Amino acid sequence: MITILIVHVVVGLIAAALGSRLGARVFWVAMLAPAATVAWVASIASDVHDGTAIVQDQPWVPGLGLDLRFVIDEFALLMLGIVSGVGVLVMAYASQYFDDEDGLGRFAATLTVFAGAMTGLVTADSLILIFVFWELTSITSYGLIGFKDTKTAARSAALQALIITGAGGLSLLAGLIMLTISTGSSTLSGLAEATIGGSLASWAAVFILIGCFTKSAQVPFHGWLPGAMSAPTPVSAYLHSATMVKAGIFLVARLSPHLNELAPWRPMTLIFGLATMTWGGYRALRQTDLKLLLAYGTVSQLGMMMAVFGAGTPKLLFAGTALLAAHAIFKASLFMVVGIIDHSTHTRELSELSGLRKSMPLVAVTSVIGGASMAGIIGLAGFVAKEAAIVGLLSAEIGGVDIATAVFVGASALTGAYTLRFLWGAFTDVEGVETPIHKPSALLVAPAAVLMIPTIFFGLFDKWATKIVSPAATALDQKAEVYSLHLWPGINTALILSLVAITGGIVLFAVRVPLEAAQAKVGRGFDAADIFQAGLRGVLAGASRFVAVVQPGSLPIYLGVILLAVVVLPLVTIIGDVRFPTDRVLAESPLQFVVVAATMAAAALLALSERRFASVLLLGSVGLGSASLFVIQGAPDLALTQLLVETVSIAVYVFVLRHLPSRFKEPVVSGANALRALIAGAVGLTVFLLMVTSVADRTAPLVDEQLTALSYPEGEGSNIVNVTLVDFRGFDTVGEALVLVVAALGVVSLVVTNGQDPRQVPSQLRTRNRKDPKPFAPLVLGQPSVVLDATLNAVFHSVMIFAAYLHFAGHNSPGGGFIAGLVIGAALVLRVITGKEMLGSRLSVSPSILLGVGVLLVTGTALTSLALGNALLEHHTWQATIPVLGKVKTTSALPFDTGILLLVVGVVSSFIEVLVGEPEADRAEVTA
Amino acid sequence: MSIMLAILVAWLFACGTYLLMQRALTRIVLGLSLLGHGAVLLLITVGGRAGRPPLVGKGDDGAGVAAPLPQAFALTAIVIGFGVTAFLLALAYRSWAGTADDEVQDDIEDRLVLLANGDGHFRGNDVADDEPWDEWDDPEGAPKATEPKS
Repeated sequence: MITILIVHVVVGLIAAALGSRLGARVFWVAMLAPAATVAWVASIASDVHDGTAIVQDQPWVPGLGLDLRFVIDEFALLMLGIVSGVGVLVMAYASQYFDDEDGLGRFAATLTVFAGAMTGLVTADSLILIFVFWELTSITSYGLIGFKDTKTAARSAALQALIITGAGGLSLLAGLIMLTISTGSSTLSGLAEATIGGSLASWAAVFILIGCFTKSAQVPFHGWLPGAMSAPTPVSAYLHSATMVKAGIFLVARLSPHLNELAPWRPMTLIFGLATMTWGGYRALRQTDLKLLLAYGTVSQLGMMMAVFGAGTPKLLFAGTALLAAHAIFKASLFMVVGIIDHSTHTRELSELSGLRKSMPLVAVTSVIGGASMAGIIGLAGFVAKEAAIVGLLSAEIGGVDIATAVFVGASALTGAYTLRFLWGAFTDVEGVETPIHKPSALLVAPAAVLMIPTIFFGLFDKWATKIVSPAATALDQKAEVYSLHLWPGINTALILSLVAITGGIVLFAVRVPLEAAQAKVGRGFDAADIFQAGLRGVLAGASRFVAVVQPGSLPIYLGVILLAVVVLPLVTIIGDVRFPTDRVLAESPLQFVVVAATMAAAALLALSERRFASVLLLGSVGLGSASLFVIQGAPDLALTQLLVETVSIAVYVFVLRHLPSRFKEPVVSGANALRALIAGAVGLTVFLLMVTSVADRTAPLVDEQLTALSYPEGEGSNIVNVTLVDFRGFDTVGEALVLVVAALGVVSLVVTNGQDPRQVPSQLRTRNRKDPKPFAPLVLGQPSVVLDATLNAVFHSVMIFAAYLHFAGHNSPGGGFIAGLVIGAALVLRVITGKEMLGSRLSVSPSILLGVGVLLVTGTALTSLALGNALLEHHTWQATIPVLGKVKTTSALPFDTGILLLVVGVVSSFIEVLVGEPEADRAEVTA
Repeated sequence: MSIMLAILVAWLFACGTYLLMQRALTRIVLGLSLLGHGAVLLLITVGGRAGRPPLVGKGDDGAGVAAPLPQAFALTAIVIGFGVTAFLLALAYRSWAGTADDEVQDDIEDRLVLLANGDGHFRGNDVADDEPWDEWDDPEGAPKATEPKS
């Protein structure tokens, strides 16, 4: 089975590749796939007949219980026969139908893949697998309907079909999952043993039926099928009459024996099915386009099958199977006939067709036989099937079956009437019109004519027909095996009803003129296409209105909404349950009290500040405030880092902000700001309450005690914070270092961007009020300061040595790679600020090399310990006696920390380089 | 924990979010820096009471030491905050270089949606109002609407 599916895909690919070379002959290649299925079906048919179904089971996602499980029983075999047999004929037909045109390769490939999907759909046993193939048919159908992709109508029709069947597919998926949950069985074959009942199963049935209704074009979802007639005729013949639209019928047939006792099943299928049958027939009666007439006829017949299978008594399952086979054969044939007429006369309008009886006799005979089978004339496959259906309905013990039978007979009369209309329209003469034709090739007519053979054969030889239908129906329901088809059932109620229907059809046809007038007077009224269109417009308009509200395009509004959302939920949760930790004090010391107050004041002034530089200085004060608080708290590493970072970031701020206006544009006091303050206050309150409550609620012991105990014995270092960074949580540090590198690269590319200066920004970014934005910062920062320079010369080297000390001592005392790197960075910043020299002349290594070496060292150390068989970044100790220094002990943390140091220096110097202006590049620009 | 510290953290968060919701990119970056300070102090605050620096040599039982783990986290946070600040400043610089302004403008596309909604029309590519949806009785016929040009 899987092989067959692969064959379809491969053949499809080959067809796609050869399409442009072969033209319409590509369909002979594509035919190989359904032909392979036909051969395979023939080879396994006797095995399947002899008893056991063929099962193929291939694990797919075992964790989810999903298997590629296929079961081929008699019913699947019949479906396979229809899918592949009609497939072969349609491919042959298509090779004649098309002239050589562009896109045929794509078309043939899609058609082949569709055939594969359909093959999978009718044989799949896992419910999810059925859904997968089901969706695949929807998607390929989209491509096939929209084949003429330059035509708006074709694209719209394809989209409508996709939206409706796609939405139905989602409903089906929901239904199948609910069914799996309620029965515990995820396969069709498993449903036989499962106990089915309860409200979940009923809901599952509802969702599954909605899916089937959309696929099989049941009212009110039928609108897409007439629209899909804008597809080329081979598609209409194959997908939209014989196979894809039967998918819903097929699934209902499969599930009906198991689910038809559920409360919603029979009412839904009978009501919707019979409504579809009637409405489709009624609409078919007023069509003047042969293809649309057949399309509405198909809608009507699908409704009939839906009702018959949905009712699902063994007898009706048997009749439904016969109907399904008979319909696939005659409807595919009739569609091909329409294609032939269209191809030969370039019209499908009833009023323009005349004289075809004489000019295309074989086509006419084929149509009459096919039409007669559709109308249920005695002696043809359609008759025996419909007869069985009426018998089944009469004997069914279901509520409301009498009404159902009456509707069924009435709708059958409509079938007779539109069949007559079809034949009359296509083959009678219209006065004064002589339709010119160019003769269709024999090969174009042959597939349609060939399909008449089974139509007649199974109509006349009822034993043979029974031989095909009975085992298939038995595979659906064991109890169906007792029934058989009859050519001549004898004079009974069913036959009388059949005759009533046929007579009714003739009468309806006879009164067609007043009937058409009446239909025209009623107007189009209820029309599925209108409903769909209105729905689509409504959704789009609603979406656009919704987007307009939730997406006003203002960043402050977005942030405000997000922050409110962040605040509301936690606040609502804890507001009644706020607790304070037991170890609380108001302040650690009077000093802390003072520093906190000063920091708060600085932050408040910052929020209200109107000037950029003042803001930056206030931010610096906040930073210094927190550094002092770290000292009070007992965190020297943190305080050092904070001080240095603050120094360097203030410098970076200044480098950038000197370009910008000194004042902010927005006023400090405004209504919007009041609202912002309100939200900000809420955020602050939430943070406070969350903080105290979560500390009060802490239950697990702190890991800090372990860290303290393990630091020296395990990490060979007294500075617990440093040991944590380079050893215990070293992997975090690697990530952190890489983030820094990425940020540095981001800064460089934002400011310099591939050597382009910002003058080349895309036009959207450019604005109105500045014609020539400055590309780069000036070469030096203002006038050189002698005092600064002299001071710096005095301390620069001492600072470097101090940095080296911090670096090596960091493992045991405050310090470490980060801190040492930042000290060097701060010194470099100072060097730039003196304004006398630029960075490049002092630092002989380019920042990118520092970054690169740093990253290599950091990741290298991490990976080396892995290579040595230790955990990532697990430390390693070396001891050596070096002259002068004596005994020296070091750990693998040192190269790691050195990498961090180089990296930090690289980051800071790239900031300086791009933000202050790289001397070499600038000079080059100046001299040029 | 020190309640004063907790109050400071809340205060910094409030001032930070206030600045975050402004339009000038500089203020947004300043706001993020304030939030960063708040977050680092939060880590330290919830770490417990003050203590002596977490430097514990051989033979030291580590009693009375300030919690080291929040400090390690805070250190990481400070350094990453530095990188982020620099990146955002470069972004502000870029915005200034292109527009001579560091204000965050409203999104033009979004404003267009808002305006388009005024007359109740939405024009997609395939589903235009004037398409011949009701002419399906003529499925393969030429569409009445004009074909899209591209």
